[in-house]
Amino acid sequence: MLELKHISYQVSSEEGELGILNDISLTVPDHKLVVFTGPNGGGKTTLAKIIMGLVKPTAGQILWNGQDVTDLSITERARLGISYGFQQPPRFKGLTVRKLLTIASGNEKLSKDQCCQYLTKVGLCANDQLEREVAVSLAGGEVKRIEIATIRARNGELMIFDEPEAGIDLWSFARLTETFEQIHRQGKATMVIISHQERIISLADEVVVVAGGAIRQRGSAEEILPLILSDTLGSCPVMTKEGAAK
Amino acid sequence: MMETQVDRELLEKIADLIGKPVGAFNIRKDTGCDGRQSTEHIKIDSRTDGKSGIDIRILDGTVGETCHIPVLITKSGIEETVYNDFYIGENCNVDIVAGCGIHNCGDQTSRHDGIHTFHVGKNSHVHYTEKHYAEGDGKGDKIFNPQTIVYLEEGASIQMDTTQIRGVDSTKRYTKIICGKGAEAIVTERLLTHGTQLAESDMEIVLDGEDAKGRVISRSVAQEQSSQVFYPRMVGNAKCFGHVQCDSIIMGDARIRSIPEITANCTEAQLIHEAAIGKIAGDQLLKLETLGLTEEEAEDCILKGFLA
Repeated sequence: MLELKHISYQVSSEEGELGILNDISLTVPDHKLVVFTGPNGGGKTTLAKIIMGLVKPTAGQILWNGQDVTDLSITERARLGISYGFQQPPRFKGLTVRKLLTIASGNEKLSKDQCCQYLTKVGLCANDQLEREVAVSLAGGEVKRIEIATIRARNGELMIFDEPEAGIDLWSFARLTETFEQIHRQGKATMVIISHQERIISLADEVVVVAGGAIRQRGSAEEILPLILSDTLGSCPVMTKEGAAK
Repeated sequence: MMETQVDRELLEKIADLIGKPVGAFNIRKDTGCDGRQSTEHIKIDSRTDGKSGIDIRILDGTVGETCHIPVLITKSGIEETVYNDFYIGENCNVDIVAGCGIHNCGDQTSRHDGIHTFHVGKNSHVHYTEKHYAEGDGKGDKIFNPQTIVYLEEGASIQMDTTQIRGVDSTKRYTKIICGKGAEAIVTERLLTHGTQLAESDMEIVLDGEDAKGRVISRSVAQEQSSQVFYPRMVGNAKCFGHVQCDSIIMGDARIRSIPEITANCTEAQLIHEAAIGKIAGDQLLKLETLGLTEEEAEDCILKGFLA
């Protein structure tokens, strides 16, 4: 179980202290799929990074399976089963896809077949990709899919994905949602996914709307989706105007 | 052939050799010849012009054979310049593995300057591997100044892979490859310096013949107070294609100068150069840490991959 208790993150700016996250408390039960959604700049990614240890909160506590991990390093959290798929994964000159999957799996002897399975599940042809470098020559969508494959290979108890759909084409997107469904069905991992996509949101056991550095709403996908859609339309002046013209 | 534990370790490091090599070989140890074997197609002889070194003659049509010519320096204070000339016939496909290992536990300088000249005949392909490695806890410097000159005849090609990872106090490398019609030169250079080491690599690829191709891929890591200078030059004198790519990772208080130069003396010459120097990106370290590596392990993994 993941517990966030009174998490705040403030940064100093010219106008004084700026609250990126303000007193967020949240519990994610085991094996649930929770989607963080909300407007850009609302604090979703910061919150996810705080769980992984990529950002240190200025106040509050993070508990993972009852253990206080607030002061643990990224590496220590990773070894406790927390994993993180970056929105914009870094590229590595010289590091092959196979090597990256091997590191992720923690199994030095990860077989070619196993690597292929991870890649196939994200819609990549393993034979073409395995020995390629995760370098600038890979297309953005490919790097993103490889990133998701590393999280699968990691096989952690907690999987955090930051906008996994960003940069992925429609074809692969269908496969991506299938992947999340499948992981969820297997019931071994807890998932936190940051997403704006209706199809991903609709997979969630719980949807958390993060905006203005706070949790604005929580509920099931059925409850939250209509609210998001109406809010989106309501706050868009063009849509309102067109609607009015009818 | 007398072999000590130091010899065995050096041979493995520089030539991946375990035990006696298969095929043609010449092992030079502390200025003497410690073993030599010619084969039916590869003849190795001492030079006859008074200079130190060997002549290697590879007959036309030699395919799939390997020639090892490692050099070991295990005594402090040895300084030598060695001239090795390779005459490779037509239609060959051979692997040549050179390399030098210095074990210097003394206070005097150990230096090996290997001057290699390759004459590669028509339509022959040579894969030339050269590893430099030095160890020893003495105060004496461990120095390599290799020169490699390659003449590629029509349709000939060379893939030259050089590696120098750690231990070498000072190196000044000079490489020149002249490509004839349809010839191709691919040079990969891997270098890691640390401490107060110095490394300079001066390279000139001359694309003389029509449809000649040249490619230089240089990757280096400079750590601590070490410094490196790269000067790869590609000259296009005909319809040709050349690409120079230099990437360096800089760490600590190291310094790197990278000066790629391309010269076209023909309107049909197509030449590209790229050079980049930068530190290890923070997001690369973070990504590997999220996969369970410590910061040190992540750094090591990035450097190993980069220099692989």
